[in-house]
Amino acid sequence: MIRVENLVKSFGGFLAVDHASIEIATGSITGLVGPNGAGKSTLFNVIAGVHAPTSGRVTMDGEDITGLTPHQLFHKGLLRTFQIAHEFPTLSVRENLMMVPEGQSGETLWNTWFARGRIRAEEAALRAKADDVLDFLTISHLAEEKAGNLSGGQKKLLELGRTMMVEAKIVFLDEVGAGVNRTLLNTIGDAIVRLNKERGYTFCVIEHDMDFIARLCDPVIVMAEGKVLAEGPADHIMENEAVIEAYLGTGLKNKVVAEDAAEAAAGEDLGAQPGLGDHAGKGDAT
Amino acid sequence: MEVINALVALTNYVIIPATAYGAQLALGALGVTLIYSILRFSNFAHGDTMAFGTAVVILITWGLQAMGITFGPLPTALIALPFGIAVTALMMLGTDRVVYRYYRRIRAQPVVLVMVSVGVMFVMNALTRFLIGVDQINFADGERFIISARTWNQMTGMREPLTLRTTQAITVVTAAITVAALFWFLGRTRTGKSMRAFSDNEDLALLSGIDPDRVVKVTWVLTAALATIAGTLYGLDKSFKAFTYFQIVLPIFASAIVGGIGNPVGAIVGGFIISFSEVGLTYAWKKVAGYLVPAWEPDGLVQLLSTDYKFAVSFVILILVLIFRPTGIFRGKVV
Repeated sequence: MIRVENLVKSFGGFLAVDHASIEIATGSITGLVGPNGAGKSTLFNVIAGVHAPTSGRVTMDGEDITGLTPHQLFHKGLLRTFQIAHEFPTLSVRENLMMVPEGQSGETLWNTWFARGRIRAEEAALRAKADDVLDFLTISHLAEEKAGNLSGGQKKLLELGRTMMVEAKIVFLDEVGAGVNRTLLNTIGDAIVRLNKERGYTFCVIEHDMDFIARLCDPVIVMAEGKVLAEGPADHIMENEAVIEAYLGTGLKNKVVAEDAAEAAAGEDLGAQPGLGDHAGKGDAT
Repeated sequence: MEVINALVALTNYVIIPATAYGAQLALGALGVTLIYSILRFSNFAHGDTMAFGTAVVILITWGLQAMGITFGPLPTALIALPFGIAVTALMMLGTDRVVYRYYRRIRAQPVVLVMVSVGVMFVMNALTRFLIGVDQINFADGERFIISARTWNQMTGMREPLTLRTTQAITVVTAAITVAALFWFLGRTRTGKSMRAFSDNEDLALLSGIDPDRVVKVTWVLTAALATIAGTLYGLDKSFKAFTYFQIVLPIFASAIVGGIGNPVGAIVGGFIISFSEVGLTYAWKKVAGYLVPAWEPDGLVQLLSTDYKFAVSFVILILVLIFRPTGIFRGKVV
């Protein structure tokens, strides 16, 4: 379980995350939603070790992991994908996957020349594993393709595949749906659900597509202006007035309502924040 | 017949020397490109690393010669080369530990690392001169020619001379072997793939089973090997003088940038473009022109540029490439 306690992150004078406390239960697919600039990605980056928090604490299964580097977190089984998919463009898709596990014998110059047999055996095992992963993700036909030539959605699948090459405990997915077509998004969604069910992965997903979130995630955490606004099952969240006002109104309701809400939000300014918090409390209770 | 004479003269004075020089530049540019793509800075100390490596090779060569060990018709320096590489590699790892590592830790901007490498360059330069002096040193021994002017004349009966020096042939053969080994390493081995992965996407490499410190170390070892080989070949072919290696940084960077910095194939192609331009533009074409246009008796040497200006050639090519195609021929990466 990941527990974030009273996390604050400010950049200069700008408070990106404002005393946020969340929990990601083991075995869950937790959704993290909110309008642009709500602080989701910053919260993500702090948990994933990209930024050090200004104050607050992050623990994983009770162990304090605040301020560890991404590299160290990777070794602890906390993996992440990126909003814009990262890959090694000049390596093939299979090689991209084979890069993931650590401590391979072939990493040293000495072994490269003098332990060829051991390396070959290890590589064969890794290769088989990578092919299994590609099969799972239904992209076996792309194994030899240079990763740089993949489409945005295929790269997202590849990123998901990376997490399967090691024993991941928890995977943070940053906007898996961004720039991905519907069909591929469903493939990704299926893969996430299967990984969760069959392999017991815990996921935390940032996503703007509410259908996707509603289908996959329970619970859903809503953030706005750096604060945690509400938390609960997807259908409850979507009925929560404060949430609709802060975020969903711009997406789910029709355009006129959205504009009204935006004007209202602009008019109310920061003074409205405590009020929103109250609403959020009620939302949780229902 | 005149055309063949012209061809022989061209081969003798342009093609053979430029090919040997191009191979040396290519190896140098590969070292620069490797550091650039993996450690992400322009390593101006590379020329002096070559000088240091060569100086070590020369000292070992002298030691071997004193013990009476030679390599038959081949230069003794080739036996000394692996030891020279080992010493230079230790030197590089030491430099990294003492100097560069700190700047990586604080995540310094590339331009800061470039300045740091300039500092390292001066230190290496001074160290080399302490080690072996400032004089010109000729350390090529063994058979001097594969084809001397006389054998050529006996072989073909041609008046126009053609010579192929042992060092020129060794340069090209060694460079070819080195490049093949390097490409095999980068393309096929796990360590090589880690290096490419690290070069492709450092952030992601940190989130993989790639040990960044090890990638950095291997990069320095490979760079040391490339620098020592390139420097030794250059020294065998021409002669060794610490200061020449300081100057050679310009054509080496020009080669790397023309080909596309960060791209190994580009470094090799760039090396040959620079060498052929340099040799071609500074060669006195009078003889070749005389063969091809018999009626024409040129007054001058038909030399486009005096050899004193040979570095200007690299400079001009460098500037043109940076203006019109900054990524180079093979689309290198620009940090």
